[in-house]
Amino acid sequence: MVASTSSKLISVTLRVWRQEGPAAEGRFVEYKAANLNPNMSLLEMLDVVNDDLERRGEDPIAFAHDCREGICGTCSLMIDGKPHGPHRGVASCQTYMRSFEDGAVITLEPFRARPFPVQKDLICDRSAFDRIQQAGGFITARAGSACDANAIPVPKGAADLAMDAAQCIGCGACVAACKNSSAMLFVAAKVSHLGLLPQGQAERDRRVLGMVSTMDEAGFGNCSNQYECSAACPKLISHDFIARMNRDYLAASVRSVFQAESQAAGGGA
Amino acid sequence: MANLDSRIPPGPLADKWRKHKADIKLVNPANKRKYEVIVVGAGLAGSSAASSLADMGYRVKSIVFHDSPRRAHSIAAQGGINAAKNYQNDGDSVHRLFYDTIKGGDYRAREANVHRLAEVSVNIIDQCVAQGVPFAREYGGLLANRSFGGAQVSRTFYARGQTGQQLLLGAYSALSRTVGQGLVELITQHEMVDLVVVDGHAKGVITRDLVTGQLHRHAADAVILATGGYGNVFNLSTYARGSNTTAIWRAYKRGACFGNPCYTQIHPTCIPVSGDYQSKLTLMSESLRNDGRIWVPKRKEDCGKDPNTIPDEDRDYFLERIYPSFGNLAPRDVSSRAAKRMCDEGRGVGETGLGVYLDFSHAIKRLGEAGVRERYGNLFDIYHEITNENAYRTPMRIYPAVHYTMGGLWVDYNLMSNVPGLFVLGEANFSDHGANRLGASALMQGLADGYFVIPYTIGDYLAGQKPGSRPSTDAPAFRQAEENVASQVARLLGAKGREPVNHYHRRLGQLMWTHCGMARTRAGLEQAIQEIGALREEFWRNVSVPGSAGSLNQALERAGRVADFIELGELMCRDALTREESCGGHFREEHQYPDGECKRDDTNFAHVAAWEFQGEGKVPLRNVEPLHYEAVKMSVRSYK
Ligand SMILES: Cc1cc2nc3c(=O)[nH]c(=O)nc-3n(C[C@H](O)[C@H](O)[C@H](O)COP(=O)(O)OP(=O)(O)OC[C@H]3O[C@@H](n4cnc5c(N)ncnc54)[C@H](O)[C@@H]3O)c2cc1C
Ligand code: SF4
Ligand code: FES
Repeated sequence: MVASTSSKLISVTLRVWRQEGPAAEGRFVEYKAANLNPNMSLLEMLDVVNDDLERRGEDPIAFAHDCREGICGTCSLMIDGKPHGPHRGVASCQTYMRSFEDGAVITLEPFRARPFPVQKDLICDRSAFDRIQQAGGFITARAGSACDANAIPVPKGAADLAMDAAQCIGCGACVAACKNSSAMLFVAAKVSHLGLLPQGQAERDRRVLGMVSTMDEAGFGNCSNQYECSAACPKLISHDFIARMNRDYLAASVRSVFQAESQAAGGGA
Repeated sequence: MANLDSRIPPGPLADKWRKHKADIKLVNPANKRKYEVIVVGAGLAGSSAASSLADMGYRVKSIVFHDSPRRAHSIAAQGGINAAKNYQNDGDSVHRLFYDTIKGGDYRAREANVHRLAEVSVNIIDQCVAQGVPFAREYGGLLANRSFGGAQVSRTFYARGQTGQQLLLGAYSALSRTVGQGLVELITQHEMVDLVVVDGHAKGVITRDLVTGQLHRHAADAVILATGGYGNVFNLSTYARGSNTTAIWRAYKRGACFGNPCYTQIHPTCIPVSGDYQSKLTLMSESLRNDGRIWVPKRKEDCGKDPNTIPDEDRDYFLERIYPSFGNLAPRDVSSRAAKRMCDEGRGVGETGLGVYLDFSHAIKRLGEAGVRERYGNLFDIYHEITNENAYRTPMRIYPAVHYTMGGLWVDYNLMSNVPGLFVLGEANFSDHGANRLGASALMQGLADGYFVIPYTIGDYLAGQKPGSRPSTDAPAFRQAEENVASQVARLLGAKGREPVNHYHRRLGQLMWTHCGMARTRAGLEQAIQEIGALREEFWRNVSVPGSAGSLNQALERAGRVADFIELGELMCRDALTREESCGGHFREEHQYPDGECKRDDTNFAHVAAWEFQGEGKVPLRNVEPLHYEAVKMSVRSYK
């Protein structure tokens, strides 16, 4: 392929968290990365460093990545202490070397939170997010049972706001940014997305109660309204959704106490 | 010789699916629980299949190599999903969607499958809306549509520029619900590394736990592969880095035929390559072609100039010029080749000369910058991040890149491969797109397969399997498959050579792009087959895979995948070499009309090539499934 750039090449020093496995002790290790094209992404820079390590028969730096375009939510680096690095509204994979000065020292760590244990080096286990989804992050609609898509009009405003919330990529940066390791932004995004739509009303209470209690059980902390989460969020999900979820949660809790439920569990005749 | 019975139901085209559903064998509800189905992959196809089968009562195991099903590559699809809803009242119908897809595929897809796809397309939108997919809407609250390449009606549904994300999150939510209900066992960070065939039937898989390195045996009554496409054989592509061919390749080596491996789609609108460190290419959604106009300077001398200083009369809007009736919305293969021709003529732009402009200045005049931002804002942002350029001010530069693979494992009308019990869904199969896929049709196919086809067709197979007859994982076939995997892992770790895996992936990619990319020749393909053979030999001798088998080892993961890509690359070249015609994404320079368009050979090549593995080092066997066209007349595909 064609190597081409008029931009000046840069060199950086990396301080990378290396940890062999979940139970192993971790430590920072320094690597030099020289003559980098500033248009290369941070992850491509890691590829180059890893190619060198592999060439020497040394264990490459493990890091999570897949789409490399900010949508899959796999990449998850603390870059100089910030989840997803220096820029707002981007994921780690959308960080380019032009963001760093020639000669910079760049510190790379995994997302750190008790519910996200490190698997190796820069990779952590975020399966707690899946468990929260399983506890209510859905609208029950068995294949084959749906009515015509235009049967229930959804006002454009509601659809747009639902879409704003639905953009969450499930990366966990909000948790890593929060001193309490709270997952409120992630959960609020899903609760709001589904709760804003007419289709999501039937399960609205169950959803918020189920997701919040699973979130608590997984060991995520409380929200103390610092909003570091939305500042770190690659999709800039608004913390207004947290307030919306709190209202939903309160209303659902009240209703679950006072609302009579049919005793005929399981459907009757 | 493999048995390639397509099992297309008899009767008129429009009645086949309805009739087939009525005739198909059913599994009694009480028995469903006794059957276990493994679904490998949880993209659109896999997660919709897993949740639907679970809802029907089957026991389902969902296996993915990702750390969560929500990370599947489907998440990255931008533009939209087609459906013959005709909500715009612009003359769309099931027949028209069927016809567009068959024609778009250059008459190399099965009529019956494509018609079914068009039929169920309408149910998909209903299903997704019911799940809470926040599709774009009009002020009145009804669903909005846009147009996509290769169609003259507006039938594409979308969720900003993140349609794949929203559809996948919908399917993932259904999968999550069934996992939460205990109906599906979800196994993440496990890579399927072999298929287990017992008495000729697919009865299980071997997985490697990517965290611990342990190998596991899983037995089932049927196995579904929904493992996505193999475009990363080219190294640089719009696919996620982790997308790979391992699942279907290893199934191929266990006897499943590989259909039309050479049919690859090169997407016209991607951000051009900027350097040799590059790890992926980024797609700029085709939807941009609704409002953007593609051009190159009329004169070579202007190519280095600031595009804003080149007046309209000195610009060549080449798609509008060559294809006046489709213009900037000509299908992908046609548009890609046209861009390549412009660059070959020396009229490409950008530092490398491998680029054309995609210009929004007219759209901005018409809709205002805010209007363009509303439609495409996130795409403009992506472009800015990668290139550091503002496309509201200067035109985007784009160039074609590998984007989709129409080829895949051969399946019959029930989506079952020639290995009984092995079903293949989504991009991993070869079935619906012929030699070229139309935009917004892959999402449609993935969800059609998973929500509306496999729930019916799997019963046809399972009804013939005695409940409880699934083999134990102690059976010799399981042991043999596990040993096979372990020995491959040991060989990779033991090579202790000098070059990293990426080195080989890059070289393979270059070979494939040069000889099996947008334009192919007999001499080039023959040379590529030689060189790939040599590359393969060198890889096994000189690759360096550090670390151990018993741990999280990304170098080892990549090595296994690249080993499979090398073998697949060779098969693709063989397929391209034997297909002595041009059709859709397969362009053989020897077979073209004077104006550079594809010259199909319907007399000799109106068939599917289904390749059958014959053993290591042996030339595979080329089986043929003839294609019959009853409802449409095969004609020269014209977009002029
Ligand atoms: C950038 C981009 C944009 C696109 N835009 C559009 C669009 O606008 N409209 C459209 O219709 N199509 C689009 N496409 C195409 C479309 O997105 C894909 O064809 C489709 O999503 C594939 O879905 P799938 O379910 O078949 O596979 P995938 O989504 O790729 O899922 C594969 C699954 O298989 C698993 N897997 C794979 N191998 C293994 C293994 N060995 N072991 C265990 N698990 C495995 C993975 O973990 C994953 O869960 C786009 C594609 C790209 C690249
Ligand atoms: S809310 Fe934002 S930061 Fe949190 S998981 Fe979603 S996308 Fe990531
Ligand atoms: S790698 Fe997918 S979001 Fe970064």
